[in-house]
Amino acid sequence: MTSGAKVLTFKIDGRDVSSREDETILEVARENGIAIPTLCYLRGLTPVGACRMCLVEIVGSPKLLPACVTRPQEGMQVVTQSERLMRYRRLIVELLFTEGNHICSVCVSNGNCELQALAQSLGLDHIHLPYRYPRLSVDMSHQLFRLDQNRCVLCARCVRVCDEIEGAHTWDIKGRGIEAEIVADLDTPWGDSDTCTRCGKCVHVCPTGALTEKGTAVAEMTKRRDFLPYLSLMRKEAHE
Amino acid sequence: MNKAKIATTWLDGCSGCHMSFLDMDERLADLAERIELVYSPLVDHKEFPEGVDVAIVEGAVATNEDVEKIHKIRKRSKVLVALGDCAVAGNVPSMRNPLKLAEVCDRAYKENAQLQQQMPTKLLPRLLPQVKPVHEVVKVDVFVPGCPPPADAIFFVVSELLAGRVPDTSAVTRFGK
Repeated sequence: MTSGAKVLTFKIDGRDVSSREDETILEVARENGIAIPTLCYLRGLTPVGACRMCLVEIVGSPKLLPACVTRPQEGMQVVTQSERLMRYRRLIVELLFTEGNHICSVCVSNGNCELQALAQSLGLDHIHLPYRYPRLSVDMSHQLFRLDQNRCVLCARCVRVCDEIEGAHTWDIKGRGIEAEIVADLDTPWGDSDTCTRCGKCVHVCPTGALTEKGTAVAEMTKRRDFLPYLSLMRKEAHE
Repeated sequence: MNKAKIATTWLDGCSGCHMSFLDMDERLADLAERIELVYSPLVDHKEFPEGVDVAIVEGAVATNEDVEKIHKIRKRSKVLVALGDCAVAGNVPSMRNPLKLAEVCDRAYKENAQLQQQMPTKLLPRLLPQVKPVHEVVKVDVFVPGCPPPADAIFFVVSELLAGRVPDTSAVTRFGK
């Protein structure tokens, strides 16, 4: 264990908190019951700070920092809720809605979707930016699962779980910016993948209806995540 | 007491939001004492009247006729409510938007037609190249997402508006509800 780590004290939303120096602001906030919204973060996977939902303010710094990859410093004052942060969080979710084709009412993940839940918790009752309506594919080539690019938010949880936990590294992201897409095995149909072990971990960490089990109809795709903290802990211990 | 003048209409939708409206059941009787339904697919008025207090619009804007209707509704109503995911976000009607209109029409009227394989040229309104949520065409005052929004949510919204408040719908409904 990391018992040699230094202990720090700092403030989150005016509350005194203590942490080890190797923890992140997000971890400390969650330990203390302070809610910071997240999307790409998932306990058990390496945080990447990709979605920017967990941005927080640090008093004295003009920059907003992602709580999932930022380590606290002694005496630091973290603000997790402010008008500015709410504005950015709403904007991020709105941009995600306009970027893909997220039609909740006909989605297998309706009611079990983190993007949908985020929109509601941020009080988003409509999207004020124009929608893009991109023409995206649905890969049905896999025997058990389907990939619907229309619903993908590029959180890369699938990429990380497949690489870090399953050890198969089937998934990657191709393209840049608005062209980015998740791909199996150097962009081959998922069903033709030589590396996919059909374990289904990617399906169950996916926050939306992008990766789902075949045979599920609207609102039937529930995600099971219990396996992740156990498996990631076992991996960590095996390495130590 | 003056009754509030309420109008409801549907554009490109499935009428499910109106079904949900009717699902308010016995609460409709309470509402009837406080509102006058001056225009609706559920009643028999032919022309959208002037001086409407609250216009409740189901459905997305998909045709030139929808555009004309929604401008008239906006002009003649104090408060405009977008009811349901089609009006709020485009929803199912907007699923044609990633495709070209000609492809969609060919699929519907030619490829899948057994007889008379041709585009209709009379009577039907002209389809817009892309389906739009209502707020991309006119100003919307209240958004009520849901497919359809639950009857409880509609009752809450109408009650709040009648009480002179702007309802916060995030506690009672969401996209896809």
